[in-house]
Amino acid sequence: MKILVLIAAFNEEDTIEGVIQQTRLHLPSADILVVNDGSTDRTKNILTRQESISILNHPFNMGIGGAVWTGFNFFVRNDYDCLVRIDGDGQHPPSQAKNLIEPLLNQDADLVIGSRFIEREGYLSSLPRRGGIKLLNILTGFFLKNEVTDNTSGFRAYSRRAVSLLAKDYPFDYPEPIEVYLLSKKGFKIKEISAIMNERKGGISSINLMHSYYYLIKVLLTIFANFFAWRKK
Amino acid sequence: MEEKMNPYPISSIQILSILFSLFLLGLIIALIRKKKIREEYAILWIVIFLVFLILSVFRGLIDRISTFLGIQYQPASLFLILFGCLFLLTFHFSIVISDMKKKINSLAMTMTLLEGKLSEEKKEAP
Repeated sequence: MKILVLIAAFNEEDTIEGVIQQTRLHLPSADILVVNDGSTDRTKNILTRQESISILNHPFNMGIGGAVWTGFNFFVRNDYDCLVRIDGDGQHPPSQAKNLIEPLLNQDADLVIGSRFIEREGYLSSLPRRGGIKLLNILTGFFLKNEVTDNTSGFRAYSRRAVSLLAKDYPFDYPEPIEVYLLSKKGFKIKEISAIMNERKGGISSINLMHSYYYLIKVLLTIFANFFAWRKK
Repeated sequence: MEEKMNPYPISSIQILSILFSLFLLGLIIALIRKKKIREEYAILWIVIFLVFLILSVFRGLIDRISTFLGIQYQPASLFLILFGCLFLLTFHFSIVISDMKKKINSLAMTMTLLEGKLSEEKKEAP
């Protein structure tokens, strides 16, 4: 079982080293790939100092979706079996990554999502954002008929089948909810497990409040458009 | 005897608009010849300039269109046609830009993977 840990990093000079160390500690057998998404701080220098990790540098900032897409294609080209996504900002605890992989090993699921909202412990994101997430969950639940409680969580593990599908044509701007949609449409099994996240330790979120509502509108637009496409079939 | 009146006497604005339409058409064709504009984008422009030309040569056309659409103020139908054309053009550009963005991202991703592979190989080589 070849496991790849994908760490997306955009200006994470304060946290990236810790995330890599934690990942090594908790998943010693896994390969680590860091996609540096056009960082303008010292992230790139810090990464070059790290030993035995793969580093890919984007020529410019492509957004989290772009970083994940690059990681997926690296995964496919290098023939891995399972992929775990951990954000470079320290929000996702590498100590819980094992729990994400387990259902994949038992072939219980193709996508495992670490959800903040099953046990509602740890950092649950700010109030306005939680409102957005809640709205998104209600709408995706209604339109896409999925029962995922944390559609925007990027703390996820994927089977090889799932990555191969997503690597072809990836929903760039708003990957997480659409991933769920695409995979459930193809009949892939999606499982959620409880995860306890930390508040980000450094850097700034890739999505600020204004952006998060813009993001929400874009996601909703995609869901609406796809809803009609789906009904036709 | 009443003199037979031409309802559309030639006016200087008509001559001006005919000349301008011809100039724009000539410009587009010159740009195609110099390969400064791709044919696929030029086609829409040519169609639009041809519409301009036809409208400026046959001035009665606007009146007829206005009557047909039930527009009392003829210049309004002219603006309507103009807006329609511009609308189509900008829409076309949005599609082109989206397609380009997708291709750029795909290129960047492939380049990133290749560069990573290259630097890895360099590291391994003595």
